[in-house]
Amino acid sequence: MAVDLEQLKQLLNNKLKEHFGEAILSITQSHGELTILVEKAPILAIMKFLRDDTDFQFNYLSYMTAVDYSAQARTPRYDVVYNLYSVPKTHRVRIKAHVSEEDPTIDSVFPVWSGANFQEREAYDMFGITFKGHPDLRRILMPEDWEGHPLRKDFPLGGVKSFYFKRSSDPHVGEPKSLVPRIRVQQSDI
Amino acid sequence: MAIRTVEKSYSNLETMTINMGPQHPSTHGVLQVILELDGETVTSLKPVLGYLHRAKEKHAEHKTYHQFIPYTDRMDYLSPMSNNTAFVMTVEKALQIEITPRCKYLRTLLCELARISAHLLAIGTGALELGAMTIFMWSFTEREKLYDIFEFISGARFTVSYMRVGGVARADYPEWRKRVRKFITEFPKVLQEMEDMMNGNEIFLQRVIGVGKISGQEALDLGLSGPTLRGSGIDWDIRKDNPYLAYEEFDWEVAVETEGDCMSRYLVRMKEMYQSTKIAMQALDALEKHQDQPMNIDNPKVIFPSKDRVKKSMEDLIHHFLLASEGFKVPPAEVYHSIEAPKGELGFHLVSDGSSKAYRLGIKSPSFNNLQGLRRMGEGALLADVVAIIASIDPVMGEVDR
Repeated sequence: MAVDLEQLKQLLNNKLKEHFGEAILSITQSHGELTILVEKAPILAIMKFLRDDTDFQFNYLSYMTAVDYSAQARTPRYDVVYNLYSVPKTHRVRIKAHVSEEDPTIDSVFPVWSGANFQEREAYDMFGITFKGHPDLRRILMPEDWEGHPLRKDFPLGGVKSFYFKRSSDPHVGEPKSLVPRIRVQQSDI
Repeated sequence: MAIRTVEKSYSNLETMTINMGPQHPSTHGVLQVILELDGETVTSLKPVLGYLHRAKEKHAEHKTYHQFIPYTDRMDYLSPMSNNTAFVMTVEKALQIEITPRCKYLRTLLCELARISAHLLAIGTGALELGAMTIFMWSFTEREKLYDIFEFISGARFTVSYMRVGGVARADYPEWRKRVRKFITEFPKVLQEMEDMMNGNEIFLQRVIGVGKISGQEALDLGLSGPTLRGSGIDWDIRKDNPYLAYEEFDWEVAVETEGDCMSRYLVRMKEMYQSTKIAMQALDALEKHQDQPMNIDNPKVIFPSKDRVKKSMEDLIHHFLLASEGFKVPPAEVYHSIEAPKGELGFHLVSDGSSKAYRLGIKSPSFNNLQGLRRMGEGALLADVVAIIASIDPVMGEVDR
């Protein structure tokens, strides 16, 4: 089923501007996709509207993630990106919101789609963005005692700490305490 | 069913927390599940992920687009062809290039063969976990033939790395097509035998009917996709609703079941294999009709020129050198492209910045989202049913953790 992008863009433009006014910053079309840039404050209301409105029916959160633009020296630093899909209407849209480095928080969309649960946990794990109202915001892929957020651009590819067992005066230099084996080897044995 | 009612007379006792995985034979890899049991009934269930996290999204920012193709093989390692296709199609979308018809048919054919291979494993291991060993052996015999087919075209059984941006690594050839035709012709008979064996097996039926129920609305809300969603009566297949490659041209049907239990999900996979065979046959016919046409696009800035041309022409040598040393550049864009992989919607979210490496590559993997349904399906079930439920979701941990 082919979706008329121009028509959808017009409809989104009219309806969203009518309900949310200034909070809708821009609607752009490229590569056959629509991208809507919105303010982060009313994100939950916008998502609820897009899910429940009969013209849009975005009932499926396809993929949500964040992008760190610090390598391009852009402020605000992060984008939180939601790729939405409508199963009955078979159309897609991408919603983006800027999140600043000083206040890396945004409302959780968990009340709208419970599928946001794991995806927001992953974005929190990888970028350190806090999703307010998320019921269980913990790390999901990295260990719980991990320091730093790996997909930030300032996190080096090889990691920050060395995790090798070293043969120096202390055999466990650089190791977090939880990784130290319970049975310690005598210094003279090494 | 009457058999599985267990009296809940333990309410005054404490519940017991037990651990399942990550080294458990029926968790399909390194999935850890923390279960809270009241007697034998699961009261709470918590999946723990991350044991196979290899930071693919971080790697993507430090590798050229070409170098990242092998990484996608190792996501859903049961259907590397689909993963390759999804990734290269995303890059093609950002580059705004159109592939040749012959390549479209070949990719469609390979994606469907990958789907058969992945579903065979899902059903084979699922049956093994419920005690039916024969199905496991039969499905692996068929998978072995598929691996031969993949090996004969790509050079590798498992990690094929076959797709290229703008085409494929090597063209198909007559003996290979003959081999594929032989497989597709014989396979439905084997599938029918497997179906007879499973659908008449009382033990198997009692283990899957009515187990792990989830309604269509809940499944959609939780972000499930693929057979796991279609087993709950939601008719959503990207191949039909947002057609890509050559699916629009072929005659086939979407497999949907309405019950939402493990049996439905098993039936959807079975039906899908029949449909895949149907699509693969049509794609193979179309491929043979187009065999005189070029396979790859004619754009040496993106795809490697053939070795013959590199030896004879200076421009081609330069292009080859540049592609190998630096890679092609993708103009600044932000695209999301998804395909219907065997497990569900596999999408790539690509942000490019004009260099030859992705600025950010987000991977939407179906298994990661499908696992969100585990809690809903598993709570209230018996401990032994959790194994059947995990098998019916069919998560691949390489894809969950990426």
